[in-house]
Amino acid sequence: METVLFILFGAIAVCGAVMVVTRKHPMASALYLILTLFAVAALFVLRQAHFLAAIQVIIYAGAVVVLFVFVIMLINVPEDRLPVERATTIRVLGVLAAGFFILESAVLARRYVMPKGPAAEVGTVEAVGRALFTDYLLAFEITSVLLLAAVIGAIALAKRKI
Amino acid sequence: MTGPLFDIAVTVARIAVFFAFCFGLVVVMTWVERKGAAYIQDRRGPNRADIFGIRAWGLFHPLADALKFLFKEDFIPDNAHRLFYQMAPMFSLAPAILGIAIIPFGPDVTVMGRTIALQIADLNVGILYLFAVSGMTVYGVVLAGWASGSKYPLLGGLRSSAQMLSYEVSMGLSLIGIFMVFESVRMSQIVAGQGGLLFGVLPKWGVFVQPLGFILFLVAQYAEANRTPFDLPEGESELVAGYHTEYASFKFSMFMMAEYLHMVVGAAVVATLFFGGWQFPYLGDAGFLFPGGFAVAVPPALVLLLRIGSFVAKVLFFAWLYVWVRWTIPRFRYDQVMRLGWKVMLPLSLLNIFATGLILLLLNR
Repeated sequence: METVLFILFGAIAVCGAVMVVTRKHPMASALYLILTLFAVAALFVLRQAHFLAAIQVIIYAGAVVVLFVFVIMLINVPEDRLPVERATTIRVLGVLAAGFFILESAVLARRYVMPKGPAAEVGTVEAVGRALFTDYLLAFEITSVLLLAAVIGAIALAKRKI
Repeated sequence: MTGPLFDIAVTVARIAVFFAFCFGLVVVMTWVERKGAAYIQDRRGPNRADIFGIRAWGLFHPLADALKFLFKEDFIPDNAHRLFYQMAPMFSLAPAILGIAIIPFGPDVTVMGRTIALQIADLNVGILYLFAVSGMTVYGVVLAGWASGSKYPLLGGLRSSAQMLSYEVSMGLSLIGIFMVFESVRMSQIVAGQGGLLFGVLPKWGVFVQPLGFILFLVAQYAEANRTPFDLPEGESELVAGYHTEYASFKFSMFMMAEYLHMVVGAAVVATLFFGGWQFPYLGDAGFLFPGGFAVAVPPALVLLLRIGSFVAKVLFFAWLYVWVRWTIPRFRYDQVMRLGWKVMLPLSLLNIFATGLILLLLNR
């Protein structure tokens, strides 16, 4: 059952990702991106990482992609004026490189033995919270300082007169 | 019945019953809204629809509305992006109903030697699921506004996405206090935690331990549901009808249903987090136990009935509160909405977290 679901959601995630880069209209790409993010969240749930799945949907699907959609709406390019992207040498090379990278990571991943059965209780809210506030406290706090710097930077850039 | 089959049957039955409850309440709420508006404005309200001369206080009006929505022409404007235009109402309706999945309707009941939780899913992430789902509602509004290919819906869509993102922040932060007090994000544990007594007199409901959190959450929820005084996305005096200006017929009714589902699910969430959910004041498993030591024994079946009844009564009250507020408070201006969200609600919700932490620290020392 778990394998079937893994293949199903994995396939949805990959297909959605392919659609994100191939769709002509940016709004369609954004919607496929949401689909991919949801499928990846489902994969997290299958590995018992509930907290990660919820945060993935809240942050990425619920906030980041909303901002993308916001920008697409504001710019609102008419459909006949959308830029046409041509297949250039560098793009073809890029796709080839990505293919090799995926192949290579698949070969590398086969060396690691996946843990059998359900993952231990590391993905619950309690476990993630405990880990963040004990073992990884310094990294956690520094990240929040980094975010604060980003916020201040955004305001400094956006405001003409501070 | 055998094991897995029984489980599946129970799950399907729960989903069917809770969804039916929500959609039934949506139908009733459309009537309550119009009738409530009428009485607040000193009118009679809708009372003309009848079946064989029976008018039943206008209760047949929701039925007439539904028929009208079904048989009206399903019109798509020439300028619209057809596919996105048709997807938008679905994006609006689906997340609105999904929130009900984590609301406990009553305590665990034992049927045929098995314990059944009156809750579709008691998730480990609990309320975070609700944030995830309610974060999706913005797409319906934004897509509708953009895909209509018209200026007023676009303005409505832009307004609403900014508003929803702003208020999502204080909505999340206003609940941190509840998590700290009840030491869980799981809905069943939050409700169980509200069964005790505060100072031996008051029920330990969320509203008594987190009064500021309750007000902040309620306001943020009204903003998230785009209800008055935060209904700027549709503000009819300036934007015709905002994001759903170009929608007619059944697609329009899907937006309407989504709005009322937000009210019903929102009322259920407020009742669960801040008003004890299915907890009835002073009612234990064996019967009433009042603060003075005065006890009344109540049979278990009646206890269950009282608890489910108390939950439904709370939901009905908060659903009515949406109507009450709508016809009492005028709409805000857009800059007022943004100022309230970022300069009042956000600092207050942060203050609430600090105050709660300080009090918990002093109490537990």
